[in-house]
Amino acid sequence: MDALLIESDTVFAAFWMTVRLTAVSALGSLVLGVLLTAMRVAPLASLRGAASVYVSVARNTPLTLVLLFTGLGVGANLGVELSDDIATNNYWLAVIGLTAYTSAFVCEALRSGLNTVPVGQAEAARSLGLGFVKTLGLITLPQAFRSVVAPLGSIMIALTKNTTIALVVGVSEASVRMREMIETYGDQVIEIFFGFAAGFVLLCLPMGLAFGWLSRRMAVAR
Amino acid sequence: MTYANLYEPPGPRGIRRNRTLAAGVALVLLAVAYFVFVRFDEKDQWAADKWAPLLRGDVWATFILPGLAGTLAAAVTGVVLAGLFGIVFATARMSDHRWIRVPAAAVVEFFRSVPLLLLIFFAFFGSFALLGTNISAFSAVVFGLTLYNGSVIAEIIRAGVQSLPRGQREAAFAIGMRKGQVMRLVLLPQALRAMMPALVSQFVVLLKDSALGLIVGYDELVDRGLNGIAANFSNVIPAAILIAAIFILINLSLDRLAHRLSATRRT
Repeated sequence: MDALLIESDTVFAAFWMTVRLTAVSALGSLVLGVLLTAMRVAPLASLRGAASVYVSVARNTPLTLVLLFTGLGVGANLGVELSDDIATNNYWLAVIGLTAYTSAFVCEALRSGLNTVPVGQAEAARSLGLGFVKTLGLITLPQAFRSVVAPLGSIMIALTKNTTIALVVGVSEASVRMREMIETYGDQVIEIFFGFAAGFVLLCLPMGLAFGWLSRRMAVAR
Repeated sequence: MTYANLYEPPGPRGIRRNRTLAAGVALVLLAVAYFVFVRFDEKDQWAADKWAPLLRGDVWATFILPGLAGTLAAAVTGVVLAGLFGIVFATARMSDHRWIRVPAAAVVEFFRSVPLLLLIFFAFFGSFALLGTNISAFSAVVFGLTLYNGSVIAEIIRAGVQSLPRGQREAAFAIGMRKGQVMRLVLLPQALRAMMPALVSQFVVLLKDSALGLIVGYDELVDRGLNGIAANFSNVIPAAILIAAIFILINLSLDRLAHRLSATRRT
């Protein structure tokens, strides 16, 4: 137990990085996911095609490769510099990679949510004279959101755990700290592992409960 | 499923407007593609000598095929072990005995909420302190894949058993089967069938997760591609694109398999 107590500051700092990565990527992937969903159901074939190619590529590529590609491709080869500070730059690259990957799953969830909205809703909206953007944005998408709160919750929990892979672009979050600590305090491997595992359980468990509560509260009675 | 009910069929003006918009979209996409092209071009990533190695037989023989073999070895071992773990713990979690049910539930919930990478690190870097010997990267990866995905599979199977009509279980008991027989001969086979699409999606997740082996130096496809090919020919982008394409191809075929299974098995 000593190691975790002695190093508690750095452990908390590492978990704070995990939380920041999760929160910013979650926000980003929700926004991008909504955009992709709108593109996938748009009247323009080119938008539908672009979004559907993007989603199948992002979903079927390992996150490790996605993040390496953001680091090597977007960072080193596209020459995108988000900050002069290397640590901050890597942080934003990780956010980009996590967002790019997670938004594909958000899009899939939202699209299956759209399937649960009765056809009459969109038809009624159209008969009122609403166009595509308004039908989707005001009528169908809000209802779709309410029916996929639980799957979105699982996606966000997966995202929290996936932030550990950000180490491949050089972000030092919880998994990096755990590896360093196992190497330094070789005699306390079990304590260190369970300590870090508990950290993730503490992050994910309330999220699961909150999303479960929210999904019951938001469920559309039909 | 089409979503054509979200908008009116366009009239003459709408068709014209859609054409303009489509042209605009195409322009934006082309502009992005052009930006990426130019930036990669500055780094010479499109040069023919960066792509040519990907077509050479010796590159496939030294890097890609061994890497693919590594990925598949970890994934297949992981699928088998995770499947066994899943069946055992799903059954244990549905046991009549509280002293089996509760620990099984705790184990499943714990491994579901711990990031896979931490499990792999624990096995790989902690093995010396715990066992007095270093385990191979392969074992560490398979250890993580089994525990994490096994727990998820356990939950999938449990959901499958619970979705079966109650009459199945009652009928099996009525003809005199014992608890174990009811589970083994009646409930599990049907649950596995019903849940096949979800199980296949989980296998796709497992296959993708095997790429984490790269972090502990396991010799798999992403490692061979980026640290092998790219290091020799300094062609990071072409190598990454090829590796991604291989993964996408495998995963899409698994996806298709899942669709086919769910279409034919529904009776």
